[in-house]
Amino acid sequence: MSGMTPIVEMKKINKFFPGVKALSGVDFRLFEGEVHALMGQNGAGKSTLVKVMTGVYKQDAGEMLLEGRPMRPDTPLAAQKLGINTVYQEVNLCLNLSVAENIFIGKEPKKLGRIDWKLMNQRAAEVLKRLNISVDVTRILSSYSVAVQQMVAIARVLDTSAKVLILDEPTSSLDETEVAQLFKVIRKLRDEGMAILFITHFLDQTYQISDRITILKNGEFIGEYETGKLPKLELIAKMLGKELSEFAYTTNPDERKKAAAEAASDSGTVLSAKALGLQGSIAPFDLSLMEGDVLGLAGLLGSGRTEMARLLFGIDYADQGEIFVKGKRVAISSPKSAMMAGLGFCSEDRKNEGIFAELSIRENIILALQAKKGVFRYLAAKKQLEIADEMIRALGIKTPNSRNEARQLSGGNQQKVLLARWLTTEPIILILDEPTRGIDVGAKLEIMELILNLSRKGLGVIFISSEFEEVLRCSTRIAVLRDKVKIAELAGENMTESGIMRTIAGGK
Amino acid sequence: MKPKISLNSRNLPTLVTLGLFVLMFGVGSISFSGFLAPQNFLNLFIDNSYLLILGVGMTFVIISGGIDLSVGSMLAFSTMLSSSLLEKSHWNPMLVIPVVLLSGVALGLLMGYIIQIFELPPFIITLAGLYLARGLCYVISIDTIGITNQFWQDAAHAQVVLIGGAFISPSVVIALVVVMAGMFVSRSTKFGRTVYAIGGNEQSAILMGLPVARTKILIYVFSGFCSALAGIVFTFYTLSGYALNGANMEMDAIATVVIGGTLLTGGVGSVLGTVFGVMVYGTIQVLIVFQGTLNSWWTRIAIGFLVFLFCLMQRLFESRKGARGRKRVPPASAAAAS
Repeated sequence: MSGMTPIVEMKKINKFFPGVKALSGVDFRLFEGEVHALMGQNGAGKSTLVKVMTGVYKQDAGEMLLEGRPMRPDTPLAAQKLGINTVYQEVNLCLNLSVAENIFIGKEPKKLGRIDWKLMNQRAAEVLKRLNISVDVTRILSSYSVAVQQMVAIARVLDTSAKVLILDEPTSSLDETEVAQLFKVIRKLRDEGMAILFITHFLDQTYQISDRITILKNGEFIGEYETGKLPKLELIAKMLGKELSEFAYTTNPDERKKAAAEAASDSGTVLSAKALGLQGSIAPFDLSLMEGDVLGLAGLLGSGRTEMARLLFGIDYADQGEIFVKGKRVAISSPKSAMMAGLGFCSEDRKNEGIFAELSIRENIILALQAKKGVFRYLAAKKQLEIADEMIRALGIKTPNSRNEARQLSGGNQQKVLLARWLTTEPIILILDEPTRGIDVGAKLEIMELILNLSRKGLGVIFISSEFEEVLRCSTRIAVLRDKVKIAELAGENMTESGIMRTIAGGK
Repeated sequence: MKPKISLNSRNLPTLVTLGLFVLMFGVGSISFSGFLAPQNFLNLFIDNSYLLILGVGMTFVIISGGIDLSVGSMLAFSTMLSSSLLEKSHWNPMLVIPVVLLSGVALGLLMGYIIQIFELPPFIITLAGLYLARGLCYVISIDTIGITNQFWQDAAHAQVVLIGGAFISPSVVIALVVVMAGMFVSRSTKFGRTVYAIGGNEQSAILMGLPVARTKILIYVFSGFCSALAGIVFTFYTLSGYALNGANMEMDAIATVVIGGTLLTGGVGSVLGTVFGVMVYGTIQVLIVFQGTLNSWWTRIAIGFLVFLFCLMQRLFESRKGARGRKRVPPASAAAAS
C-alpha cells in the first residue's frame, strides 16, 4: 500500500468551530480499490472530516491531495465534479419520481429537445445491472425498500466519473439481508477499483467489509490500521481512548453498590419489559427494574441505548412485546400514557427535545406536571412558584430567580431543571438519556449524586451514558447493548470497564 | 411518445377523475334529453376555457408543493387592464395582449422572487398578491368597462366549426394550446421534471444539483402568465372588464386541480388530470342547469363534496403505500408540526 499514491490524502487537517476544535492535525489516506472504515465515538470528528473532504466545510489548516495533486473543493458540487461522491444515511432522492429519473434527473438524455424516456429507462436498467439489481426502473422509488433506494443513490453517483464513494451510515436502516446485498455491491465496486469510505457504528460490519480502519477521537487522529491486524477489543479501546492495560485496574467493588443490589433484590419490581422490540429499531429485549435500582445502559454510539429508552417511554411504538409497571401490564402508546403509568424521560437532546429556552425556569419545571394533570386543571401561579422554588432548592439549581429564562442557565443547571420537571410528576421510574453530556465535570458529579440520592429514596432509574465510568459509578446493574441488540446484563463483580468492553467485543 | 397506460398509483387518480366525468356525463345523458349532444360536450370547454388555463398554471404550482392564491385577482386585473387600454387609451389590440401578458409575468416574477429569496410561505405571499391585484383593479376603475373593440368582438363571436356542425370558440383553441404546452413541459423538459422533484423533496432536489431556486421562481412566473392569459380569454367571453371578476376563482382553480388528482402536498399530479377536473366541474354546473329546480349555488356544494372525497382518497393511497416512506418527515412539515 505504501508504494501507491493515495486517491485522496489529507494532511494535518485542522478545523475550528467557535469554541470547539473539531479536527486537529488529522491525517487520512484513501487508496484505490479499498474499503476504508472511519471509526470514532460521538464528537470524534468523523462527519467533520468527511465534510471537509466533500467541500461542505473548508479546513483552517492542512492540505488535501487528489491523486497527488492539491485539491480544494469549495462546494459539494465541486467535489462531485472531482469524482468524490457521498451517499448519506438519509437517502437524498425524490421518492415520488421513478427509479430511472432519480438516477438521471438533471442530466437526462434528450432527443430533439425533449427528454428521451426510452433511452433513460434503458440506461438506468444498465447502471443498476452493474450493481446486480434488477428492478422495474419505471416504477416510483417509494415502491421499493430503503435498501434499493440506497442502491439507486449509489447508481446515481456511479453514472458520473466517480473515483471515491463515501457511504455515511448506509446500513443504519437496513435489515440483515439488505446489508448483505449492499455489501455485495460495495465489494464489486471495490474490485473495480473504486475507493470507498465507509462510516458505520456497527463493529461487526466494519470487520466484514473494511480493509483498513482509521480511528479518530475528540477530533484527533488515533491511527490507521489494517482491519485484519486490529483485534476488536483493541479497536474499542482506541475509540474510547484507553490503553488495554488500564482496564484491569478500573474494577471498583463499591460497597454501596452491593448494598443497593441487595436492597433491590427484596424490593418489588417497578418496571419490566418482556420481548419488547421494534423492527428496524431494536431487537426484542427483556428488562426488569427494581425499586431503588439504577440500571445502566452501556454500549457504543448507535448500539440501541436511546432506541430502548424511546420504546419504554412510548415515543416509538413497539411492534412486539409487553411492558409491566409494578406487575401490571400497561399499554404505552405515547409519552403521555407512559407518564400516566409513572415514567419520566429526559432526552439526550437537551436543547431540542428538553429545555424550552425562551420559557422561564418555573415554566420549564411545571410543564410535565401540568401536562399530566391536563390543561383544565390549571395550577395556581402561587402553587407553581412554590413547587419551582422547592425544586431549585432541592436540586441546587444555580439561579437568582425562578422567573429567569432557562437559556441563561449553564448546561448542568438546565439538566437539573429537566430532572426537576420530571420529579414534580412524582414518577416511579425515571429514564435519563445522556444526562451528563456536554456539561462540565463538577456538574456531572452533582447530577450523578442526585441520581444516587433519588434511587436511595426508591426511584427506579434507567441511566444512559457513553462514558462507561459514569455508568459504572451510578448503576446497580448494567445492560450491555451492541448493534441494536441487548447482549448481556452485568452485575456485581462483572461490573468493570473491561467487563463491558469484553462483552461488546465478544462477538456472537 | 405516450407512456403505456397501466394501473399504477401514478395515473390511477387521473383515471378515477376521468371515470367520474364519464359517469356524470352518462347520468346526465340518461336523465335529460338533449344532454348527450356533441355541442353540449364542447360547451364544457367553451364555458370553462379560462378555468382550464388557470388550472394548468396552478397544476405546476401545486405539484411543486406551493399554492397560488392570486390567480383570481390577477385574472380580474388582466380584464381591467385590457379593457381600459382598449377603450380608454385606444391602444392597438396587438399591443394590448403582450402588455397584459407581461403584467401577469411581472407580478408572478415578483411573488416567486419574494417566496424564493426570502424563504417565505407561498400561501402568505400570494395572498398579498391577491389583495394587491384586486386593489389595482379599483385603481383602474370602479365601474365596468365594456369592450367594443372590433378585434375583441370578433374573437368573442368567432366559431371554429368542427365536423358535424358543432363548434368551439377561439378561447378553446387557446386553452387547448396551453394544455398541450403544459403537458409537454411537465413530462418532457428538465424544467417540468425539476418541478416534480421539488414537490417530492426540495432538499434532495438541491442536493441532486437541480436548479431549484430558478425553477421555483419560474413556476410563479408561469402561473402569473396563465392568469393574465385567462383574463384575456375571460374578456373574450364577457366583453368587459370589471374589478369583481374572478372573485374566489383561485379556489375553483385549486379545486379542479385537486379533483384532477394532484396532491396538495406536492410531487404528484398531471396537467391531463386537471383537464378532467375542469370537465367534472363543468359537468356539475351543466347538470344543475338541466335539472332546473336547483339553485346554481349547489355547484359549490357538489364541488366541496368532491374535493373532500378526493383528498380522502389520496390519503388512503398514501397510507397504503406503506410506512417505510413516511418515516422520513420532510423538514418543512416537521417545522409546521412543532
